[in-house]
Amino acid sequence: MNMDIKHYPGTRAITIFCLLVLYSPMLVVAVYSFNSLRSISNWGGFTFDWYIKAFNNPAIQSAALNSLSIAFTASLIATAIAVCASLALLRGKKFKGQGAFAGLLSLPLMIPEIITAVASLVFFVAIHLTLGLGTILLAHIVFCIPFAYLPISARMKGISADYDQAAMDLYASRWACFHYVTLPMLMPGIASGMMLAFIVSLDDFIVANMVAGPGASTLPMTIYSMVRIGFTPEINAVSTLLLLTSTLFVGGSWLLNRGDKQQRSE
Amino acid sequence: MSATHKPTLLENDGVRRSLLLSPAVIMIGIFLIMPLLMVLVFSFLQPGTYGGVIWEFSTDAYRQFFFEEDFLTEEMVFTPAYLEIFGASFTNAVIAVFFCFLVGFPTAYFIATRPARTQGLWLFAITIPYWVNLLIRTVSMLFIIRDQGPLNEFLLNLGIIDKPLSIAYTQYAVVLGLFYSYLPFMVLPLYAAIERFDFSLLNAAHDLYASRWKALRYVLFPSVRNGIIAGCLLVFIPSLGAFIAPDVLGGGKQLMIGNMIALQFQGSRNWPFGAAAAVILLTFVLCLLMFFAWRASKSSQSAQQKAQHKAQQKVQQTNEGGSH
Repeated sequence: MNMDIKHYPGTRAITIFCLLVLYSPMLVVAVYSFNSLRSISNWGGFTFDWYIKAFNNPAIQSAALNSLSIAFTASLIATAIAVCASLALLRGKKFKGQGAFAGLLSLPLMIPEIITAVASLVFFVAIHLTLGLGTILLAHIVFCIPFAYLPISARMKGISADYDQAAMDLYASRWACFHYVTLPMLMPGIASGMMLAFIVSLDDFIVANMVAGPGASTLPMTIYSMVRIGFTPEINAVSTLLLLTSTLFVGGSWLLNRGDKQQRSE
Repeated sequence: MSATHKPTLLENDGVRRSLLLSPAVIMIGIFLIMPLLMVLVFSFLQPGTYGGVIWEFSTDAYRQFFFEEDFLTEEMVFTPAYLEIFGASFTNAVIAVFFCFLVGFPTAYFIATRPARTQGLWLFAITIPYWVNLLIRTVSMLFIIRDQGPLNEFLLNLGIIDKPLSIAYTQYAVVLGLFYSYLPFMVLPLYAAIERFDFSLLNAAHDLYASRWKALRYVLFPSVRNGIIAGCLLVFIPSLGAFIAPDVLGGGKQLMIGNMIALQFQGSRNWPFGAAAAVILLTFVLCLLMFFAWRASKSSQSAQQKAQHKAQQKVQQTNEGGSH
């Protein structure tokens, strides 16, 4: 009887519809990336040719290299900044303005992306910074900070300050305490945060497109300009690879967080 | 050993704390807040000929939303073109919110009523698309719905339609894109709210002869109101400033505010006008956020006060009971 009242008919069907809407475009593109024919209506057999073609396309090669190096550097720096900030905000006594600082850290999440994009452009041009990979990197570091900060701070909140106290009671220096006690326990949060920051940077199109200047191009920008000319199976192949990368990274980040929660509940 | 000093990593150390906070503050301060302020300043300047600005104060950028100079008479004539873009963005965003709620609420409800073990997996399935490249997701949607795409091919083969549906590059496509882009944003806060809901209340409603719909309307919805508001905001705000969905799926024919702003910095090059549009959009978004944050804090405060009041009463009662 209990279950009956809780159960509303049709919710399962709508949930499946919801997942279908979310996933079918990606899955369809993935399937077509393996079709040996260019045709939409006919299946010519399974092939990796479009992937090989995409890998050998110099424009895609350089864009992929740009995207990966920016995402790696931006996520590394953003993660370091986020670790420092979470130490300052969560280790030690409460202080005036703590809430304001926490708000500042999440500010990049609240500004519509297109506004971040044009604001960055205006600023870089005004301070006479040459637009290119460097300006993309700077902009990416900023909006990666909150994504790195969220899992790191969540993990930090879960680690009792007693460990610090125990270490320092045993005459550990602050640095030793951080290095041997806090940091290892924080590691899952750091890895999770860095993965999120990495894909957020890898996924960005709007900001990069605005501050890239004439020469530089990232993978999403290259895909965008290729689609303008027309759909090719090559685009499907690159898209599928990017979708797969993001999914693997989110999956990794999720598993780290889940292990974290399970440990705590045990 | 009553008042031993227990040292922690950062206790009483303002210098270290400031040093640790400074990288974040400097990065966000210099590369986000300064640029935003600069946009505000630029919106009151004159446009340069090839982009950029001329440093002369002017409110032309804001006036341009309503008026345009007539070429012949040089009089300012009321032109609703830009207001219409704002209106269209608003309409698209509202429709997207509506459909997201229609699909998102049952989905969130379904997930929240699964056994605790599987809830995480369902949620994860909803979350993945959020992290996946939005441009590529949107391009994939275009791939499917375009005239020669798999969707039309499929429907033609089945004989449901006899000529391809032209969905791509219409307002329908843009709204579909917004719905598809931000659907996970609706489900997550709704799930969080429904998950905390005390389902025995539904039993109580049922015992009091409430129909399913009435139980939903008068018991469930009011209890998860904050989740509903959060979900709607999280879909509405990015939809309003969306760039990718209208650009890719609208094919440049269905302009929304986001595209209009971008255009001023790329093609037609009127930086102050673009800046003014950005200022208006950002002001609107921040006001909306602050209004709901203020309401939420007020309602949680009053809830806290109620709880405190109850606790006090209880303490008083037990004290009175103990003194006898």
